[in-house]
Amino acid sequence: MMLALELYRSLPRYVASKVVTKRLSGVSAGALTPLRLVNKDEPRVPRVPGWARVRPRLSGICGSDLGALYGGTSRYFSALVSMPFVPGHEVVGDLVDDCGDLPAGTRVVIDPVLTCAARGVESCESCAAGRTNRCDRVTVGHVSPGLQTGYCADTGGGWGGQLVAHSSQLHPVPDTLDDRQAVLVEPLACAVHTALRAQVPEGASVLVVGSGAVGLLTTLALRQLTPAGSLTVVAKHPAQRELARRFGASDVLAPSDVIGGVRRTTRAMRLDPEHDSPYLLGGVDITVDAAGSAHSLATALRTVRAGGKVVLSAMPPAGTDLSPVWFRELEVVGTYASAREEQLDGTTRSAFDIAMELAGSAPLTGLVGDAYPLHRWREALDHASSAGRLGTVKVAFDLRSKS
Amino acid sequence: MLEVDERTPPLVVHEGDSFRLEEFPLGTRVVYSPEMTPGIPDVEGAIRDALLKPVDDDPLPSQLFPGMRLTIAFDDISLPLPQMRAPDIRQRVLEQVLEMAAAAGVDDVELISANALHRRLTEAELKHIVGERVFRSFFRDGKLYNFDAEDKENVKHLGQTEKGEDVEISKRAAESDLLVYVNVNIVPMDGGHKSVAIGLASYNSLRHHHNSHTMVHSRSFMDKDHSAMHSSAWRMGRLVGEHVKVFQIETTLNSHSFPKPYDFLNRREWEWSIRDQGKVLAARRGLAVAPPAMRRKIFQGVRAPYALTGINAGAVEPVHDRTLDRVFRQQATEVDGQSDVLVLGVPFICPYNVNSVMNPILAACMGLGYMFNSYRGKPLVRKDGAVLLYHPVPYEFNQLHHPSYVDFFEEVLAESTDPATIEAKYEEQYATDPWYIHLYRTSHAYHGVHPFYMWYWIAHALDHVGEVVWIGGDRRAVRRMGHRSASTLPDALEMVSDTVGSSPSITYMHHPPMTMADVR
Repeated sequence: MMLALELYRSLPRYVASKVVTKRLSGVSAGALTPLRLVNKDEPRVPRVPGWARVRPRLSGICGSDLGALYGGTSRYFSALVSMPFVPGHEVVGDLVDDCGDLPAGTRVVIDPVLTCAARGVESCESCAAGRTNRCDRVTVGHVSPGLQTGYCADTGGGWGGQLVAHSSQLHPVPDTLDDRQAVLVEPLACAVHTALRAQVPEGASVLVVGSGAVGLLTTLALRQLTPAGSLTVVAKHPAQRELARRFGASDVLAPSDVIGGVRRTTRAMRLDPEHDSPYLLGGVDITVDAAGSAHSLATALRTVRAGGKVVLSAMPPAGTDLSPVWFRELEVVGTYASAREEQLDGTTRSAFDIAMELAGSAPLTGLVGDAYPLHRWREALDHASSAGRLGTVKVAFDLRSKS
Repeated sequence: MLEVDERTPPLVVHEGDSFRLEEFPLGTRVVYSPEMTPGIPDVEGAIRDALLKPVDDDPLPSQLFPGMRLTIAFDDISLPLPQMRAPDIRQRVLEQVLEMAAAAGVDDVELISANALHRRLTEAELKHIVGERVFRSFFRDGKLYNFDAEDKENVKHLGQTEKGEDVEISKRAAESDLLVYVNVNIVPMDGGHKSVAIGLASYNSLRHHHNSHTMVHSRSFMDKDHSAMHSSAWRMGRLVGEHVKVFQIETTLNSHSFPKPYDFLNRREWEWSIRDQGKVLAARRGLAVAPPAMRRKIFQGVRAPYALTGINAGAVEPVHDRTLDRVFRQQATEVDGQSDVLVLGVPFICPYNVNSVMNPILAACMGLGYMFNSYRGKPLVRKDGAVLLYHPVPYEFNQLHHPSYVDFFEEVLAESTDPATIEAKYEEQYATDPWYIHLYRTSHAYHGVHPFYMWYWIAHALDHVGEVVWIGGDRRAVRRMGHRSASTLPDALEMVSDTVGSSPSITYMHHPPMTMADVR
């Protein structure tokens, strides 16, 4: 038996999360979510080669986790998960079993995408091409539906005492990275994928909307891996502004000044439609929505130049006005998770390998604050919901801590 | 001059769209404007005389002939302050000039509001200045219009001065057979070569003197002989004169700034009658309960019953000398020496918020630019002394008139308040921003660079004084400008006591009407 947080099916709580928690703050909001702390059986290793048990050390709380808990996620994803499941896909842990070349005891991070290899089915076209994040088989094979570890009923997740993972998901962590750096490798791999997927031309102007973990790590990856020129970040809180600059932003704008700030630097024209937010004719070459809110996406769509590119690196909200996409002939690019084969400087590498390298050299110290034991999950979620305001970038659970 | 003693009543201090009665410490020197100069009874006759007997020039009718190209430029809405009760003196001058032109058979006439980089005037504002008859005759045909400094096709580069300054003015004006300029001189900064060389100039020309270095070295810019800005304008004006014949008409007004029922503001407090005191009480009560929008409407609606005190026409420089003589006769007050503290009540209006909001930058420009610089000789406050200003400094901007001010306040002042620093880093970006240029040309917005000029305007004051404290000012807005705010005069004096001591000498300059201090 293990202690785990479990997300279960509950229509009343789903509705409560979606409606009521927006009006509540603090620990009481967490109490209404369809999440519970349970003692449950440890996940079983599928009876096929390549699977092993992993005992998490730290497991991060991602924005998409909060979206699922608070009812912010589109129903589109309901067919891609199996209930009940243990959330948590940003994991650093120890291998309990030998797994391929990796002996038991190896410290690993997990690429959470459950691809064809993990499911034991013939590779789909995307997986065969190394674009594992686009796998078409995430609902079939040896384990229940689930696009990732942390959304699958069979594999367990990082918010529990143990999970199972396939060898295709495992990446050993070098000793040079401590646990707090290592737990950031997964979100950093996503940021690497975003930066490379954006295909930034030499000297292009880029705007990153949002400076939570996604926005800051994306800023880091854009600066480190692409030839972006001006790199402007929208940051709300003082700590975020400081970190954005530390990660390579050439300019930082307050949310209230984005339209004005981008207009000034790009010498665009500003329009103020009736009963709607202002937008620009002209603007930056590329915008990245790294917050996934209606406001951040609208900002990204309204500050990019005609023919420019809007990159969705956070889970997008429903009901967005796509008029700018049509009128400005925008290119909208989604970036989900990370791929096994990324193109960088003419070579093909895994996003996790690149992220592991970046984590070793980037100023990540201090990004993961104090980690919470599982039984303090309400406080942890409350902290994660207000992380920016509180000066925290990443909140995590410490699965080894009892108090 | 008055020295506050036990018998001195509380004194009027303007503070934006209101005023207060303040009890000043004993011994405070109060600088008042001289007695109101009487107006000329026969205004039409005086105008005719000036046009027929110009200074160092031929009579205007003799310079007019059929087939000629005549351009008449006039000061925009930034003058006079408050706006003049109809008929505006410019209207009366324009009508006579146009009658003479018609009599001479001149057909090709255009009238230009000399806005420089100020906002375009609305039709109603133009009509108020030129009068119904002139407006009706010229506006619809496009012969009466605002100068557009960004209309590259219609500005002309005339050359460079001996100091390398570009002179670029209205092409129509530059290519005319005669350029008549109609000026209203309310402060000695205006008129002279400044009228054409600045009023009809482009940014390319203005940047040579509207900069922080020039402003710091203008002591003061109300004293043309000690003003680097005027020296530059004079060089440019003389170069303009090599290309186009300028017939300058300058008018001076008395200090009758307030009509009934606010006429008590024209008088000194100890001269108030019982009736005046009743009006003061009623005005104070009324303003206290009126919402801000109504207070603004009340004050912006003031039309001053100025009277004409003089008119001179002819060659620019001798005309301007006579103008200045009259202006100083109305406004100059001798003051014996400097003081530790200068107190200024910033009123509801400055040249750039007519029919609009006085935003924080304009409040600073009015107090630390215009009012601080209202001196000849040396400033009223000693080097490293303190200036205390009364104004609410609302954190409020008019998006129609001042769009670049908002960005300037939020972006530029957030980074630095040093005029030279912001000039180097931001001026060109704002001056050439296509959006601001678009709004300047097609809407009623001040040019993108205008807030920079307002900030340069205060460069001399910032360079000279050690402390700036706003009494009653919005703390957030005041802090953004790098100043401090206090609730009361005693609090402000306490705040500056480290700089000027606990018993500083204090001078209160009583504005409006405009006053010039001749500091000995």
